[in-house]
Amino acid sequence: MTRHGRLATALLLLTVLALGAGCGLVGWEWDTKMSTVQPKSEFGRMTHDIFMLISWWTLGIFIAVEAGLLYVCWRFRDRPGAPIPKQVHGHTPLEISWTIAFALVLVVIGIPTIRVIFKTQEVPAATALRVDVVGRQWWWEFQYPGQKIVTANELHLPVGQTVAFHLHGPDVIHSFWVPQLGGKRDVVPARVNRIVLTPEVPGEYIGQCAEYCGASHANMRFRVFVHDKAGWESWVAGQQAAPAEPKDELAVKGKEIFAQSACVGCHTITGVSAGTLGPNLSHFGSRTTLAAGIMKATPENVMKWIEDPARHKPGALMPNLGLRDEQTKALAAYLLSLK
Amino acid sequence: MATHAAFMPGGATKEAAATGVWSWITTVDHKRIGILYGVTAFIFFLMGGIEALIMRAQLARPDSDLVSAQTFNELFTMHGTTMVFLAIMPLSAAFFNYMIPLQIGARDVAFPRLNALSYWIFLSGGLFLNSSFLFGAAPDGGWFGYTTLTTRQFSPGHSIDFWMLGLQILGIASMLAGFNFIVTIVNMRAPGMTLMRMPVFIWMSLVVQFLVVLAFPAITVALILLMFDRFFGTLFYAAAAGADPLLWQHLFWIFGHPEVYILILPAMGIVSEVLPTFARKPLFGAPVVIYSGIMIGFFGFGVWSHHMFSVGMGPVADSVFSIATMLIAVPTGVKILNWISTLWGGTIRFTSALLFSLGFIAMFTMGGLSGVMHASPPVDLQQTDTYFVVAHFHYVLFGGSIFGLFSGFYYWWPKMTGRLLDERLGKLHFWLMMIGFNMTFFPQHYLGLIGMPRRIYTYAADLNWGFWNMVSTIGAFIIALSILVFIVNVFKTRRSGQVAGPDPWDARTLEWAIPSPPPVYNFASIPTVHGRDELWLQKHGDGHGGAPVPKPAPASAKDIAAIHMPPPSYWPILLALALTVMLSGLLISYYQVVLGGLLTLYCMFKFALEYHRPAQEAH
Repeated sequence: MTRHGRLATALLLLTVLALGAGCGLVGWEWDTKMSTVQPKSEFGRMTHDIFMLISWWTLGIFIAVEAGLLYVCWRFRDRPGAPIPKQVHGHTPLEISWTIAFALVLVVIGIPTIRVIFKTQEVPAATALRVDVVGRQWWWEFQYPGQKIVTANELHLPVGQTVAFHLHGPDVIHSFWVPQLGGKRDVVPARVNRIVLTPEVPGEYIGQCAEYCGASHANMRFRVFVHDKAGWESWVAGQQAAPAEPKDELAVKGKEIFAQSACVGCHTITGVSAGTLGPNLSHFGSRTTLAAGIMKATPENVMKWIEDPARHKPGALMPNLGLRDEQTKALAAYLLSLK
Repeated sequence: MATHAAFMPGGATKEAAATGVWSWITTVDHKRIGILYGVTAFIFFLMGGIEALIMRAQLARPDSDLVSAQTFNELFTMHGTTMVFLAIMPLSAAFFNYMIPLQIGARDVAFPRLNALSYWIFLSGGLFLNSSFLFGAAPDGGWFGYTTLTTRQFSPGHSIDFWMLGLQILGIASMLAGFNFIVTIVNMRAPGMTLMRMPVFIWMSLVVQFLVVLAFPAITVALILLMFDRFFGTLFYAAAAGADPLLWQHLFWIFGHPEVYILILPAMGIVSEVLPTFARKPLFGAPVVIYSGIMIGFFGFGVWSHHMFSVGMGPVADSVFSIATMLIAVPTGVKILNWISTLWGGTIRFTSALLFSLGFIAMFTMGGLSGVMHASPPVDLQQTDTYFVVAHFHYVLFGGSIFGLFSGFYYWWPKMTGRLLDERLGKLHFWLMMIGFNMTFFPQHYLGLIGMPRRIYTYAADLNWGFWNMVSTIGAFIIALSILVFIVNVFKTRRSGQVAGPDPWDARTLEWAIPSPPPVYNFASIPTVHGRDELWLQKHGDGHGGAPVPKPAPASAKDIAAIHMPPPSYWPILLALALTVMLSGLLISYYQVVLGGLLTLYCMFKFALEYHRPAQEAH
């Protein structure tokens, strides 16, 4: 048994060491596009501080417990001829002390937790930028009531400005989440939820629906662009302007096709159509991605999407309209011209 | 307590000891039912595992198209539902069935036919749920089935119906078993076994049964409302009609969180038996371990909303549920220190059973600590619905429950079969599983922290998720290999394994005082109990100078012949079938519901009034 005991302990140690070494060798890249531990907003920072506080405490407890377990296993392994050990039933003062110790650790992490809960759920100031987020199967609509802008799947925000997101939706539960800007908040039908955050670093961020919402849950992504003041103002002006009139021949033809086909039933292009079931396309050409962030907005991708939406986004509600290749091409040219 | 057989009029010992398929179908012997539960649940465990492997294969690389989105959604729904309801719960039930009567010195459970009924309803429910694959309508709404996604409007077709009705059927089985075990533990303990002398596995089992009978009604109500919505057009969950979709979430998690403790407490009970045996010391602070188990069960009902921190409940509710959740960490942490202290000063024998218990402590600690992280709502808002949470609960339910259950298998296998499992294969199984498990799930903490959401069938290549997903997938296949080693072990030792004898481990509790496998009547003479470690006291005394306590007087052949055991019955399986006919009728025709309902009533009537004349009166 001793041999086995030693072997078992050695193997356990080896596993732990191998794991540790593996981690060290490969390295963990933390500054990635959807990292939750590189906060770029004040909401994200507050959350992250608590996360780090709890992480250090739990890491300490983890090491103490696992080291204790290994030590006990090694120290008290069975040896040949060992007598029956002393039959100890417990030690009340010891047990009371570690119960209290655990409770104290919880106080240490509980108090800042509650502070941050209340801090992050305060009613936002009237000066906050209001953005209404509508989560739908499987794309995002972003409405800026103050700016009279409606767009989809790409959210633009000014840096340093507090934003109050009002979340609602008509179908199933979704969850609005931009990891680098902070935690998530569910979009619950028949309710209006709110999340408030202040982006602190300009840049491009990736968001994704975080509540399972049906077939294409994985394809319900979006982009967030945090601009400096000038960038934000120019974006707002661009969105408020009327959609550009197509100039080249192909795009002009594309506009005709759009206006005469089923597209108009679901999509709005200011001055052309007023459908509301699908994303507003008035400034489609100003977006970098399409189909809720799953493809880059290139002419080929727009064509591929129009030809068979459900192939790229299973369950997509947009039907294949059965257009001919040259029609699709014209349509793509038109849509991308809508800067 | 020895007289309980007298409640059951008649029946002869040799009847219940018969062999053949029919004897298994009609058995009411708790040991056979335990084996049926174990074998069935293990097969479901393999199915859930295969579902997991397919998912892992799909996620090994970004933009992979091994399976479709729809298939992936079905896989994670069925994996979760299967592992919770068809694998871990019934694997625990296998031990409840087999071990509760043996550990409390009883000859069977309080209601042996009800016990059989539980099993057959469980089997029907499991088969019904999985039959959805054959009809191309596997459930795809997640194991949590959130409305409004699961209402008819957003999930037409029968997939959610299969899930909903399957869970209802399984719920009946769990409730019946819960009441049965409560009555058994409360009423049928051997003389002298006061509550505080009950083995800790029995205590944890008792707490679990109370959780089952109190938690399942919540999901039953939730499912009935959903059933009404889906079949009869009511509007309990129809947001468009003004309903609040969060109603479902509250009802589901009022069940769902106690369910977590239903899954982990049996493993805690097993570990509390295995550690003392192989350290050759009593459980350190057993009363505290017991009270902690009760506290965990009690608090378990007050923390459900920590699954809902992101739904927008407001700061007060967030704070209350956060603090309540953190409180649960106290009794849990206390238990871990008690287990380690049990080993302290012992002479530890590193058997496979003990290794799995050590694995339980090491891995469960990790799952518990990551749980403390998302007990804090701000942190949870980043972690919920990411792979961090997937890692967390697999450390609890795999690192905890599954390691604990395998510890139980290696520990009690000789009692159940009379033969020891091969220790070398057992250790190979343990180390493969330990390595595979950590390779699979440890990187998922990292993946969650760098933003990988749960329940996505695909992901983009530029997010740095590819490498560790690949590692995780390789780990999952190592786990599969370890399970294969276990299966080889079972088949290898079935005929040629070392014969165990009644007490191969020099163990401490009553089940080891009787032959392996035990006779139908378990105890030839019912023992009188002097302490929690009754068998140890009989063998070695209390270790503080007290003499060994007396063993029960051996029973004569005449005494044994006079033991009355409940006779077999085919009404449990017929009643379970009738019930399934009735409920599956909702998918086929209301006429079938009526027919099944009548059949169910008839079977219940026959079941209730079944009467066996004692053998001696039969002539």
